[in-house]
This record gives sequence, structure tokens and C-alpha cells, in this order.
Amino acid sequence: MIKKSDIHIHIETKNLNVYYDNNYVLKNVNIEIPTKQLTAIIGPSGCGKTTLLKSFNRLLDLRDNIKTSGEILVDGENIFDSRVDVPDMRKKMGLLSQKPYPLPMSIYNNVAYGLRIHGKKNAKELDSAVKHYLQEAGLWNEVKDRLHDPASRLSVGQQQRLCLARAIAVEPEVVLCDEPTSALDPIAAQQIEKLLLKLKKEYTVVLVTHTLRQAKRLADHVVFLYFGKVVEQGPADEVFNNPKDPKTKAYIDGDIS
Amino acid sequence: MNRRILEEKIFKILMLASVFIVMGSLVIIIGLVVFNGGSSLTIEMFTQTSGGGYYLGRGGGILNAILGSLFLALPATALACLIGLGIALYLQREFTHPRISAFIRLSLDILWGIPSIVYGIFCLMIMVFIGIGTSLLAGIIALTLLEIPIITRYMDESIKMVSIELKEGAYSLGSTKFETAVKVVRRQALPGIIAGVLLGLGRGIGDAASILFTAGFSDRIPGSLFDSTAALPTMIYHLYASPYPLVRQRAYAAAFILVVIVLSISIVSRALSKRYTKFVIR
Ligand SMILES: Nc1ncnc2c1ncn2[C@@H]1O[C@H](COP(=O)(O)OP(=O)(O)OP(=O)(O)O)[C@@H](O)[C@H]1O
Ligand SMILES: [Mg+2]
Repeated sequence: MIKKSDIHIHIETKNLNVYYDNNYVLKNVNIEIPTKQLTAIIGPSGCGKTTLLKSFNRLLDLRDNIKTSGEILVDGENIFDSRVDVPDMRKKMGLLSQKPYPLPMSIYNNVAYGLRIHGKKNAKELDSAVKHYLQEAGLWNEVKDRLHDPASRLSVGQQQRLCLARAIAVEPEVVLCDEPTSALDPIAAQQIEKLLLKLKKEYTVVLVTHTLRQAKRLADHVVFLYFGKVVEQGPADEVFNNPKDPKTKAYIDGDIS
Repeated sequence: MNRRILEEKIFKILMLASVFIVMGSLVIIIGLVVFNGGSSLTIEMFTQTSGGGYYLGRGGGILNAILGSLFLALPATALACLIGLGIALYLQREFTHPRISAFIRLSLDILWGIPSIVYGIFCLMIMVFIGIGTSLLAGIIALTLLEIPIITRYMDESIKMVSIELKEGAYSLGSTKFETAVKVVRRQALPGIIAGVLLGLGRGIGDAASILFTAGFSDRIPGSLFDSTAALPTMIYHLYASPYPLVRQRAYAAAFILVVIVLSISIVSRALSKRYTKFVIR
């Protein structure tokens, strides 16, 4: 049994509100994401899971029509603080999106890109780092003979693992995953799930998913989001086996979706 | 007959007719140029500069105009690309408020529509003011101005099309805006950018009006940026203005050479575009 005091909080939101134009999407969200655990964000379609995930590394800044208020603390530091170096903050948070978007370059350069922009230029070092991270992502054996092929030629499942490799290559502390298996076939999905279980030993993993079974298989901690509000959050076994809120129970039983 | 099938038939005929008009013109133009200019297309045309003889153009070749065209259009396109890339990146919402970008885009579209002779006169005025007069440099500046709106808008549109998810991927690796724009977005947009550059180069190498007053005319290969120079379009203009049929024939030969150059640019850029398209993420 893990005692509450042993758990370190990696990401914490305080009264987070997000609007798209006049659409109030995240309503006063207060959550805590524990360090080096896998936290699943669950909830029906359109409840704001993706929005919440992308607020953690300020990717929402890229959109025109968005308004945010509140605080997001990563390691106790508010990421909206004007002193924060945004690229540096984002480097600490890898992203795995719903549909894989490799960079428009070779397989090798997809992994090397992040290493290069953060100062690793030596060719030998790059070679061995690229190999290492492709192995970590379980892709090395499939691509070792065609590292200089365009990444666009890989299958979707391979592209997703490539995106994982490039994400961990910059040595983040958190890996944010937005339904990373929803575009994949069952076998590719299983590979990703295995990798996520491996990752959570070293990284804080946040996984958005709308398949409850996946959350049950993988999650240590669960946040249930419903129409932009946090209904319940806590250790996975408590939320799944002993939900406090009737809405959570209804969602888990499949009565609302 | 069924009305819908008839509709479809008519539509198909209209489409074919449109295609035929375009392809037909192309064939006729090339035929005309080859037929009229073929006999004048000698080795000397490529190896010698214009000689005297009948009012400029019976003797020698048109090497000065071929080189003049390249000396004008290549630097102009390179300059236009540099300036265009700067503007195109600046127009993206990461760097500039969409309302300001919209205004700049409108201005570029207006510039695109301005007749090239106006660019020519404008540059001539500036050159006279500085005290340089007609020169290779003036021609390059005029062509650069002519090409900037075309190249910029093409770059802008293809950069704008790059999906936000791809950029999110780059940003989440800790890229700065600059790195994302130059190392990731540029690659994704490259095939479109190449198409724009080709279009700009084609326009620059084929335009006569903008260089008429700026580059002037000369029967020698320009020795410096401050010399006047001939170019293929102005050469064609001068040769065809001649009262002598023999000289007019040489205008067709020059036109033929220009067509071949434009075609080669097109083929090269297609090959380049294909090479980079395979990296594009869909
Ligand atoms: N770019 C946008 N502009 C305007 N509204 C948006 C935009 N993106 C999302 N929304 C709205 O915000 C709400 C939350 O969207 P979000 O993508 O976060 O939901 P989600 O929980 O991830 O859904 P799903 O499970 O379908 O992916 C939805 O109502 C959606 O319509
Ligand atoms: Mg989503």
C-alpha cells in the first residue's frame, strides 16, 4: 500500500479555466498528477480531455481563439509565469498525439532532431543515441536498415512508436499521451501499452483515453472528467471499484458515455 | 435521353473543349516558333554576341541575351526568395496578429496585379535618382520586385497549410518558434515553396516590360552590375521590330531558346519537388 505522504505531485492545476471563444471547456479544474505513475484522464467524448492535456505544456498557446485562467504547477512552478522559458518547459513534457505526426524528415532525423536542437551535434553520439531511443521504443529492429527513409513511409503503428522515440530522446520528465492507441490496430496498440507500462517506471505518464478497459489495465491514478468538470480523482482501484460519485459509477458501468 | 446523363455529357464536352483550347495554343505556339525560327537556329546563336549588319541583329548570335537573361533572372529570383521567405514566415500567426497579416496579404495581392511596366518605370526613377541609369543592377531590382509577391504568396499559402498537429509535435520537443518554422514547417511546405519559386523564376525570365527601361539593351555581355544588358524578351522585342524578314526569323529562334529554358526550369523543379514530397507528412 502506498502511503499518501510517499506520493510526490508532479503536475497540479489550480482553478484552471479554459475557453474556446465563448465555449467554456474546462471549468475550475483542480487535479494532482503524481510523479512516476500513470495517470489516466477518462471521460466521454468532448468533455475536454485533450484540452486539459495540451494545457500542461502550453500547446494551447498555438491556437488563436483560446483563453486560459488559473495556474498549472509543474514541480511547484507555475508554467504561466512570465519568467518561464516555454521551449525549455515543453522539453520536459513529451507528447504522443492521437494520430502520429512524425516530422517531415527521415526516420533517423526524427529522433536526432530533438537531440540536435538541444545541442548534441557529434555524429557518433547522435548515431548511438538514435539507436538507443529507437530500441527503447521497440522500433529499432524494424527500421535499422532504412534509417534514412522518409518517416512518412512507416505504418501508422510504427509512426506512433517513432513519435515515442523522438519524445523520449529529449529526456523529458513527463510523457503526455492523447489516446495514443486509438488510430492503431490491436497488435500495434498492445505494443504501445507495453511501452507505456515500461515508461512509467522512469517518467510521469499522463494518458488520455476513452476506453475504460485500457485505463483499468494501465492506470495507477485516475481523473474522471465530465463536461469540463473534474467529477472524481484518486488511485485507480478506488475510482474503479469504489467510486464516490454516482456519475463516476454510472460512467464505469457504461450507463453514460 | 435522361436529363442527368445529358447534363453530364455537356459538362464533359465543355471540359474537353477547355483543355483543347489550352493544349492547342501550346502546340501552335511551339509549332510557330520552331517553324519560323528553326532555320535561324545555328550554333552561332549560342556562341556569339550580337553583331552589327542590318539594324542590330543580322550578324552574330544572341549569347549576350541568353546570358543577360540568366544574369537578371537568377539573382532576382534568389533575392526574391530570401525576402519572400522572411515575409512569408512573418505572416504566420506565431509571429504576427492575423489582422496585420491579412492587410499585408492584401497588399501583396495588389502588387501581384500591378503591370510589370510600372515596376520598370518605378525602378528607372530610383536609378536615375541615384545616378546609375539603365544597368544590370536596375533590371535585377525590377525583376526582384516583380517576383516577390508571387513567391511570397506561394510560400505563405503552403506554410499556412501545415497542420497545427505537426507544429505541436515540434514544439513539444522544446523547439523555439524559429526552429519550428525553419527546420520543420519549411520542410513540410517545401514542395509548395518550390512551385512558387518556379513560377517567380518563369515570370522573371519571360518578362520584357520591367527590364525594357531598367536593364536597357546592349550587344555585349555585361561586364559589371552597372552595364546595360540585353535579355531574351527584350532581344525578341528588338529583333521582331526589324523590317527585315531575316532578322524577324531570328526573333523566333530567340523565342525558341526562351521556351526551352523555361521548360528546363519546369522539369528541374518538378524533379526537386518530387524529391521533397516524399518526406511530407499527410
Ligand atoms: N479548436 C477548437 N475551437 C473551438 N472549440 C474547440 C476546439 N477544440 C475543441 N473544442 C471544443 O472543446 C471541447 C473539448 O474538446 P476536447 O478536444 O478537449 O475534448 P476531448 O475530451 O478530447 O474529446 P474526444 O474524446 O472526442 O477527443 C469540445 O466541446 C470541442 O468542441
Ligand atoms: Mg481528444
